Amino acid sequence: MLGALVIVFREVIEAGLIVGIVLAVTRGLAGSRLWIAGGVAAGVAGAGVVAALADGLSAAVAGRGQEIFNASVLAAAVLMLAWHNVWMAQHGRELARDLADAGRAAVCGEKTLFALSAVVGLAVLREGAEVALFLYGILVSGESAWNLFAGGLVGLALGAAVSAATFYGLVTVPARHLFAVTTWLINFLAAGLAAQCVGFLQQAWIVTAWAEPLWDTSGILPESGVVGRMLRALIGYTDQPTGMQLFVWLATLGAIAAAAKLAAPPRQTAPVQAPAE
Amino acid sequence: MKFSLSRRAALALAAILCLSSAAAVVATPAAATEPAALSVTIKDHRFEPAELRAPANTPIELAVKNLDPTPEEFESDPLRVEKIVPGNGSITVKIRPMKPGRYKFEGEYHEDTAQGVLIVE
Repeated sequence: MLGALVIVFREVIEAGLIVGIVLAVTRGLAGSRLWIAGGVAAGVAGAGVVAALADGLSAAVAGRGQEIFNASVLAAAVLMLAWHNVWMAQHGRELARDLADAGRAAVCGEKTLFALSAVVGLAVLREGAEVALFLYGILVSGESAWNLFAGGLVGLALGAAVSAATFYGLVTVPARHLFAVTTWLINFLAAGLAAQCVGFLQQAWIVTAWAEPLWDTSGILPESGVVGRMLRALIGYTDQPTGMQLFVWLATLGAIAAAAKLAAPPRQTAPVQAPAE
Repeated sequence: MKFSLSRRAALALAAILCLSSAAAVVATPAAATEPAALSVTIKDHRFEPAELRAPANTPIELAVKNLDPTPEEFESDPLRVEKIVPGNGSITVKIRPMKPGRYKFEGEYHEDTAQGVLIVE
């Protein structure tokens, strides 16, 4: 039972963290919980479909179907997160002012709510498919199945607990820092997902350059462990990153930060206007 | 004003993303050597054989055949592989040229029994 618990928990950590961060970012926004719940539900339904089609997916694109699917899902999530941060850089200040007037501390606009709920859906979809296959395998194998299945369910519940812990951790951040904190969390999240994405392209040999691992920290902090998985979700930690993964990680981090900076309105306008209001 | 700012930002983002993906695709040299073909089967959640041998510095194509009715996830961090093997199905895993050494792999769904090692020499 413990084995099943650990396997499922490891798979859902990433989705759990993402749900928690998105909940915190969109807190106070009308209808945000509903959108996020919708993202989770769509992800779960999609995961069921993907798991059911696993045979076909494996055989597709000359056996590269799984890698291409994973890479596409990750790339879509990266683009959504990038767009969110750029949009927020552009409109964040006026938004924060409006919301502070209304006595709320949300750090997200309605516009990017869809993008963020899509990110939630994509995260649940990718990891959920693996969980679904695992639980399905347990159920059809019969012996001591219920015991294992129960372990899997506890693992899922722990994943939800990660969401809750992330959310309540973030909402204790003072409102004036919350915007900066979530901006960087989302930027690192996006960079980590981009590095995972290119990892799948390297696994399929679609990208072959710089495929050698740069270092190996699996002895100190294995990425298959719970702490390693959490760091993988948060900042894209991997114990043996390839040169290309490091490059893509840095490029994504830099690209989003640079685009957000370019999109931000000139600094002096806000304080000048503020007292006049 | 706002419009031009957002256009600039979008352009910058697009440019950088294009650059990085171009860099990723550019250097794609053709594999110099023929890959070594290996195969392993999964039966009763165990690898058979549990020990594989491959030549060093040669790309490897490993066929994984699952004789169990339940799905398995073939996984190895040192080999950089994470791939579902459907029940009664098979996959091919491509492994880059490796230095001599012992590289563990496992079936993630049955880690207590599905353990194997690739010995590169």
